[in-house]
Amino acid sequence: MFQNVGEMLVLLWRTIRALPHIVRQRQKVYDQLFEIGNASLLMACVLALFIGGVIALQTGPVLAERGLSSAIGGLVGLSICKELAPVMMAVLISGRIGSAMAAEIGSMRVYQEIDALRTMNINPIHYLVLPRIVAITVSLPILVLFAILVGWFGGGLVAVFNEKIAITFQSFFMNLRLVVELGDVLNGLLKSAVFAVVIGTVCCHQGLVTIGGPRGIGRSVTKAVVNSIVLILILDYFLTRFLLSLEK
Amino acid sequence: MSAPDSSTQSVSIRIAGLRKSYDGVPVLKGITFEVQRGETFVIMGPSGSGKSVLLKHIIGLETPDSGEIFIEEHSVRDEAAMAHYRMALVFQSGALLNSLNVLENVGLYLTEHRLKPPEEITRIAIEKLEFLGLKNVKDRFPGELSGGMKKRVAIARALVIEPQLILYDEPTSELDPMSAVVIGEEILNLQKRVHVTSIVVTHDRDLAFGIADRIAMMYEGEIIAIGTVAEIKNHPHPIIHRFLNADFKLNSHRETP
Repeated sequence: MFQNVGEMLVLLWRTIRALPHIVRQRQKVYDQLFEIGNASLLMACVLALFIGGVIALQTGPVLAERGLSSAIGGLVGLSICKELAPVMMAVLISGRIGSAMAAEIGSMRVYQEIDALRTMNINPIHYLVLPRIVAITVSLPILVLFAILVGWFGGGLVAVFNEKIAITFQSFFMNLRLVVELGDVLNGLLKSAVFAVVIGTVCCHQGLVTIGGPRGIGRSVTKAVVNSIVLILILDYFLTRFLLSLEK
Repeated sequence: MSAPDSSTQSVSIRIAGLRKSYDGVPVLKGITFEVQRGETFVIMGPSGSGKSVLLKHIIGLETPDSGEIFIEEHSVRDEAAMAHYRMALVFQSGALLNSLNVLENVGLYLTEHRLKPPEEITRIAIEKLEFLGLKNVKDRFPGELSGGMKKRVAIARALVIEPQLILYDEPTSELDPMSAVVIGEEILNLQKRVHVTSIVVTHDRDLAFGIADRIAMMYEGEIIAIGTVAEIKNHPHPIIHRFLNADFKLNSHRETP
């Protein structure tokens, strides 16, 4: 495990050092951005709508019983932008995009395409890893921003139409505006950018170390997704602690 | 030591005492030989004798445990010197990038290193494809090509580099006899027209005898003989004799119904 972590850090460091080459690889970054956005935006919005809704559904009646129904906007707003949107989108993207990254690079490794690149003096990190990590780091925060807005809307819908809560849209969003600050949204976006780097690095690394045939590719994809999600959840705790300490 | 000369069309190679083991199992056991400029040198031997591993060492995809490989007296470990030499490997599977079409595959080296404008790259790629008798395939993807076509596209991709050394890994494996002959003729044509140094790894006896200036026989990680086609054919070594004369015979003990 420690060897894997070390290799991933080396891969990340080499990718950071390759950043000046990103201009040359911009077409591949655009392709990846389209792939990530096109594949995930609708699913991200649907997921966010229902997450916002379920938070409102779980907490709204309890708050309403205690005469605190007006606080539901702030509760849904904060929980979505600081925690649920970044984490749930990161989990969604590791399953949808991270798995595709690991499978594509893994199959290139197994079928000697990466060796062919090396014999042509084409650095696989510049050609394969850099565009993917840059694209996912740009696109995940954008997806999270969409998810936050749609999640708030989903929470608002439930707060308005659920008879146990039954507050107005205006009251929901007034409270949300009072409680949620720009810093809270930026907090969520920063987390998502870190998660994106984790997903990109873990999945590209798993692809690059793939051995064997189709079974090896399958194993790499599973490991890439599971390791990404585990790392995201562990990192989430430490990032949250770090960001809370900055707020004090 | 003199600076590398990238203007020459071919290079010489010297391999001295090359050894490599994987998980303690020796695969190369002190390989030593030389290849002259412009020579077509065939490394022949049964499957699993270490031929492909040797090629990967020459192109720099593997690092030896000990021993040295020199190209024009510059060690392949000297990355600065190696940057001046142009080498290409034609993989057994072709190793074409499946996400790119034929034209993009052939022009990949020039595109990624930005050596020519896009229109010029397209022109060169089409020229190389036509040189290898491949017309109307430029927009196809590797998955849509036959085995022989893939190999020829891989050779076209190698030619775009204008290599001084071209390495072929089992160029006729998985091909029918007619396609194998076409590939063998392509290797010979290249030799005549471009005068590149070629190292061909194969277990195909007909191909080896058809194209080789010299043949090295490899067995269990060792070179057991080097010589011209006639010398290898008449070599007294029992393993070479068995390899060259292996033929399918009906089992005399099998009972017919």
